[in-house]
Amino acid sequence: MIQLCSCVPAVLLASSSIISLGWADVLIIVIYFAMVLGIGYYLSRFTKTGDDFFLAGRKMTMWIAGLAFISANLGSLELMGWAASAYQYGILAAHWYWIGAIPAMLFLGIVMMPFYYISRTHSVPGYLKLRFGESSRMLAAISFAFMTILMSGVNMFSMALVMKVIIGWDINFSIWVSSITVLVYVALGGLLSAMFNEVVQFVLIWAGALLIPIIGLMEVGGWKGVIARIHENFPHGDYTHLWSTLGHFRDNPMGINWVGIVFGLGFIISFGYWTTDFLVVQRVLSAKDLRSAKMSPIIGAAFKMLVPFIVILPGLIGLAVMPGLVGQDQAAASGAASYNEILPLMMARYLGPGLLGLGITALIAGFMSGMAGNITAFSTVWTYDIYKPIHLALTGKEVDDKHYVSMGRWATIVGIFVSIGTAYLVEHAASIMDYVQALFSFFIAPLYGTVILGMLWKRATPAGGFWGLLAGTLSSIGMWAWVRLDPRALSIIAGSPDAKAMAEDMYRALWSWLICVAVTVLVSLATRPKPEAELVGLVRGCTEIPSEGHLPLVKRPIFWAGVVFAAFLVLQIIFW
Amino acid sequence: MHEDHCISIWFFIGSLLTVYGFIIVIASLPAVFSAAAQPHVVLAQLHAGLWWGAALLLLGIFYVITYWPAKKDQQHSES
Repeated sequence: MIQLCSCVPAVLLASSSIISLGWADVLIIVIYFAMVLGIGYYLSRFTKTGDDFFLAGRKMTMWIAGLAFISANLGSLELMGWAASAYQYGILAAHWYWIGAIPAMLFLGIVMMPFYYISRTHSVPGYLKLRFGESSRMLAAISFAFMTILMSGVNMFSMALVMKVIIGWDINFSIWVSSITVLVYVALGGLLSAMFNEVVQFVLIWAGALLIPIIGLMEVGGWKGVIARIHENFPHGDYTHLWSTLGHFRDNPMGINWVGIVFGLGFIISFGYWTTDFLVVQRVLSAKDLRSAKMSPIIGAAFKMLVPFIVILPGLIGLAVMPGLVGQDQAAASGAASYNEILPLMMARYLGPGLLGLGITALIAGFMSGMAGNITAFSTVWTYDIYKPIHLALTGKEVDDKHYVSMGRWATIVGIFVSIGTAYLVEHAASIMDYVQALFSFFIAPLYGTVILGMLWKRATPAGGFWGLLAGTLSSIGMWAWVRLDPRALSIIAGSPDAKAMAEDMYRALWSWLICVAVTVLVSLATRPKPEAELVGLVRGCTEIPSEGHLPLVKRPIFWAGVVFAAFLVLQIIFW
Repeated sequence: MHEDHCISIWFFIGSLLTVYGFIIVIASLPAVFSAAAQPHVVLAQLHAGLWWGAALLLLGIFYVITYWPAKKDQQHSES
């Protein structure tokens, strides 16, 4: 799940770099850039058709699709942002990796993937076109394209600021070098190149980040030592329990209760992001067959469950060994170090020559995989869901596949340059960072309501789908504006005046989803449904899903989904 | 993943890990022989760079050998 780092303003105010690099570190970073560009150049010869460019030829194995699926999400400041959140909120931050991801990813693989895959859609808005018609597709496509390009720019700017603070790189240098690198390898090889590099980046993230918690645990004497040191440092707070402090908003550092976590995060935000955000779904659509498409999110879920080890645990170890880090406002006022920089601080604490370069490369790899994910998703949605229908409406004739590949490449180039423009825009308006998180919740939660009703309820009509999506989106924007104009509204939306920003996001998502579903149901009941013959391949009950009964147990996606879900439950009990 | 045509992704990953492992081992060696060369990090005496670099190097070599492109071409021509 995406966390937009609140670290940026603090980072802006930092005056000197945290880490200085040696020859080995610089060499490792240079080799990384050479490798990703080389992969893009090499793969350009395999990218000829629209399916090649936008869906990697639909020939990916389950492992590649699964790792790229998780890697595209692992960018976007995940490493920095959630390590900082773990320092701020404790182990509660792990909810965004477990209940905020695992059930939704398994649901995507087992329940929703067959409809995406069998319908042969190029994108999530493309599915809406098949199910609900052109107006729903256009609404979803435009909002997604807008959100994606803004996210890409914000990530780019944030990465540049982080690099400035950590190793002293000039902001312009970071923005241009990273974006031109992504531009070259995505424009050359399309999704195939992006996914290849995402798998490389995934391995590098682990290779670069895994040593921090290992050495950290050795320093403090294992997990029990971490708990003991945190209790010693913060005797009045509970930072090490996942569920037992969620009875009331006041009982935990995050200011949220279990209803917000279970229903807002677990059922709405998480399901919305993992099952309808095309940035991640696109990776799974590239799988070579239906079984691979179903297995990819399950493989992704298994790895996602492990990510807290390299993201949340360093934040918790930071609470144990570096108490006293402060929030961004305090850091800005006092000049003290901010917990938003906890990950680079931990790198500086534990990583020697060469390892430091690998750690920095892990951060750069994370940022670039997120950026490439946004750009490939944008170019596909732009080409197939915005440009193609408009071109068809204006000219009245279909054009060949090469035309769309060419448009996809131009969309990649233009998308990168618009993102760079957005990055500079953000530089002059830091509060946009907060608004982007809100933008994300405006569009994803209602979209999930529309898609899930479309897939599971035959009676949902085109008018119901469109008006439900529009009502959900507008109500989400309305609730956000209401709280900005009158802060007392928070106690109505989130159910308590003690709710904090994170709780507001969760409850707003929950309400907007409910409104979307209610409007879709009411309008559908009042309008005429599509004939069942038009719903074949799109809706449960009208679609024959190939049986897996003939496969041995260990080859069935449902078996592995059960294994991953059992492991998820065990983790909840261990850290209860 | 276009397995019929292009070099396996795991070969690229193996190559990168091999090179990285080698660089990290070389960069970590001075600290093994001289306490003065030890980096100013916690638990520097464990020489984490040396062990981690060696692990990456071995893993990388394993992947390079397993997914060496000529091997796949040979398997294709035999089949």
